[in-house]
Amino acid sequence: MVSSTSAYPSKLPPQTRQLVIDAVSLHFGGVTAINGVSLEARQGEILAVIGPNGAGKTSLLNSISGIYKPQSGAIRFFNDPNDSQGHNLIKLRPDQIAQLGIARSFQNIELFKHMTVLDNIMSGRHIHMRSNVLDCGIFWGRAQKEEIAHRTVAEEIIDFLEITAVRHKPVGTLPYGLQKRVELGRALALDAQLLLLDEPMAGMNVEEKEDMARFVLDIHEERGITIILIEHDMGVVMDISEHVVVLDFGTKIGDGTPDEVRRNERVIQAYLGQER
Amino acid sequence: MIQNLKSKIQNPKFTMAETLPQHLLEKAQQWGDTKVALREKEYGIWHSVTWAGYLDHVKHFCLGLVSLGLRPEETVAIIGDNRPEWVYAELAAQAAGSKSVGIYQDSTAEELFYLADYADATFIVVEDQEQVDKVLEVIDRLPRLRKVIYYDPKGLRGYQQAILMPFQSVEELGRSFAQTHPSWFEDTVKSGKSSDLALLGTTSGTTARSKLVMLTHGNLLAQAKNLMKIDPIAVNANVISFLPLAWIGEQMIAMSCGLYQGFTLNFPEEPETVQENIREIGPQAIFSPPRIWENMLSLVQVKIADTTPIKRRIYEWALKTGYAMADARFEGRTPSLGLRMRYALAEASVFQILKDQLGLRHTKRCYTGGAALGPDIFRFYHALGINLKQVYGQTESSGLSAIHRDGAIKFQSVGTPLPETEIKLLESGEILLKNAAVFQGYYKNPQGTAESLSDGWLHTGDAGYFDESGHLIVIDRAKDVMTLHDGSKFSPQFIENKLKFSQYIKEAVVFGGDHPFVTAMLNIDFSTVGKWAEQHHLSYTTYTDLAQKPEVYALIRKDVERSNADLPLSAHIHRFLLLHKELDADDAELTRTRKVRRGFVSQRYADIIAALYGQQDYLDIESAITYQDGSSAKIQTRLKIE
Repeated sequence: MVSSTSAYPSKLPPQTRQLVIDAVSLHFGGVTAINGVSLEARQGEILAVIGPNGAGKTSLLNSISGIYKPQSGAIRFFNDPNDSQGHNLIKLRPDQIAQLGIARSFQNIELFKHMTVLDNIMSGRHIHMRSNVLDCGIFWGRAQKEEIAHRTVAEEIIDFLEITAVRHKPVGTLPYGLQKRVELGRALALDAQLLLLDEPMAGMNVEEKEDMARFVLDIHEERGITIILIEHDMGVVMDISEHVVVLDFGTKIGDGTPDEVRRNERVIQAYLGQER
Repeated sequence: MIQNLKSKIQNPKFTMAETLPQHLLEKAQQWGDTKVALREKEYGIWHSVTWAGYLDHVKHFCLGLVSLGLRPEETVAIIGDNRPEWVYAELAAQAAGSKSVGIYQDSTAEELFYLADYADATFIVVEDQEQVDKVLEVIDRLPRLRKVIYYDPKGLRGYQQAILMPFQSVEELGRSFAQTHPSWFEDTVKSGKSSDLALLGTTSGTTARSKLVMLTHGNLLAQAKNLMKIDPIAVNANVISFLPLAWIGEQMIAMSCGLYQGFTLNFPEEPETVQENIREIGPQAIFSPPRIWENMLSLVQVKIADTTPIKRRIYEWALKTGYAMADARFEGRTPSLGLRMRYALAEASVFQILKDQLGLRHTKRCYTGGAALGPDIFRFYHALGINLKQVYGQTESSGLSAIHRDGAIKFQSVGTPLPETEIKLLESGEILLKNAAVFQGYYKNPQGTAESLSDGWLHTGDAGYFDESGHLIVIDRAKDVMTLHDGSKFSPQFIENKLKFSQYIKEAVVFGGDHPFVTAMLNIDFSTVGKWAEQHHLSYTTYTDLAQKPEVYALIRKDVERSNADLPLSAHIHRFLLLHKELDADDAELTRTRKVRRGFVSQRYADIIAALYGQQDYLDIESAITYQDGSSAKIQTRLKIE
């Protein structure tokens, strides 16, 4: 197994750092899921993490969002341009990480199936709500105003993702592609600076994939959110991302623009096959 | 507040307004901020625009266009879903002395080009990215175009083209123009005359490409006046605008009648939420093609099929009572006391709730036009106590010219002529009509005008006759009427409508002229046949697969035979086939109003028609289909002929 973390010469333009992963390793007993991976996500870019099954992509995302605790290395998140130190995420709980401005969606849909689309998206606003139980029980004054303000945000997301017609439907009754969209909506509702999308297009047909790709691009374009996404569909990855990182057996084997990665011999061997 | 003012609000008995913008001005002066003119659902909430706000938008958009160089002889094209901005743009064009042309929102880039080019459009007002993309695709061939104005900026951030401009920016330009020209708008609107062109209406284009119909303000308002004389819509009523505003029927209700009467116009949130929004609004009148009424009926049928047995039994009893009541009314009998009492019970227990669910509780009148509606569907709505009426009209007469009067419903007829409307028949059976709403001619097409307009009489091209009670019955397009080998005449549309009354047949095209017998090419209705297949444990993959199942052929055969039973022997359908694909407007087989383009279809499916008249029992075909994104593919299938 190759254990180097060497970065490949890249033509990526220098930009403000958003997330820096520095020599992170994660072990489950004797299994090494991530082996000294380093990478950098720049502000406002779409970074795709690709690699064969078991390469450690989801583990990496789980490490960023605080579900897994890497044994060594550091993950630094910069949510303030004046703060050169950033926050080391490894020391934080998932809810604290969400508070800092990192939102995510899951590979297998993790929505509240019996709640409506609107309620699911409103649940994404929860971290921004300040009213206490008493306020909400009375629902007068502050709590009411707050609800209206957050409902406006949720409605804008519903409009943006074109799920107006199913607003009041329980999520469990919706087709898979729409559920994925609702999950993206809930992540958006957090108003995050960094969005982690774990296979947002898995199991979709071509039309649904195109729709989703369009939404991801629109989010990126209109809201300027940094996006890290895991995706298996090479066509989608090469089309929408500006920056691609390739993992194999927990190790980084490629890092650069889609074109650079496409030409990278090791990547071709490990992942794309030996066509050339 | 609006509730309290209701009593004060009355339609002016005497109006000086000759044009649509003058009506807007008059109503805005009269009602200002006290009455709601438009309502749009956005972000889950209905937002209101008062008459003063309505005028404000129209005024500034108009001045914005003028400062961008709009001149009276030019045209403003509009394409998009029903939104207030659509209406603002149309009135703004008219206020500037110019005219508008509406383009169906699902048109392809080519169709958009054809109409924009033909109408000499210098401005195109579009809804969103989808429409902007279409315009940009053909923009090189539209040299006259000055600005493309959009009102939904989503996804357009990256577009750098200088020709693009947001709707609000045009209004901003208008605001600064108003400061230097304070009375320009009012003066220009007041100088408008009823003989000014208001809009170019598109014909459906069943035989050739769409023609543009020149309609003046006088035409449109005469139409509104005549309709409101017999079926007034109250000033404080709500009407929901959800059908394409490019269609003359929607123009008539939303614009001509809306501005003439001054009722409130509501715009649904999205095309997918129309049914839900109709329920929220409870409109007083709905005018729509048969498709909407058929959809509502099947919605009820599907829900009833899924409910508990006891509720289903109650519904069936109520409907039976409703049918008895409706039949009594149709035949002009006085229903017995017992029936009236049973009906009152059915009304209270079932119909009220059903109407509430459908959003038809406040509906005084419903209209269906554009194509024939099955008697069963008529009976259903009348059983519920919904006053559904058939109308007859065309773009050339600004909307409708004949209509069922309240209490005089006849399924086969389209009713009697509107007030101040004359209808006469030629020897050949062609329907001619004359009233103040008849158009000025086709735009840039004097030959077409000469063919359809003589001495104020509009030659409709439809064949028909009057029955003994003076009801007009329309048979078909005059040139579609065919002569069979035994010399008898028949109308393909008449047979097609009979076939389409089957819930399993969505579309039918009948052939027969110059041939020894009549044949038909049918489209199955994917949803109902699909459901039927599920219930009968018949597995299928695609539309094509389902259409070619022998069981489905047997099912359709029964309905074909049923329709044959009502027809003279010579008009019986001898052979038919179920087509492998649905006829589609994107393939130019249907018009955008979903009428079959017979000439094109018989050309395109010439080999299928030949096979229908041949000996073989099947036909191998290869056909090209066009996807929505414009790409095309080939499919190979074997079609069975019965």
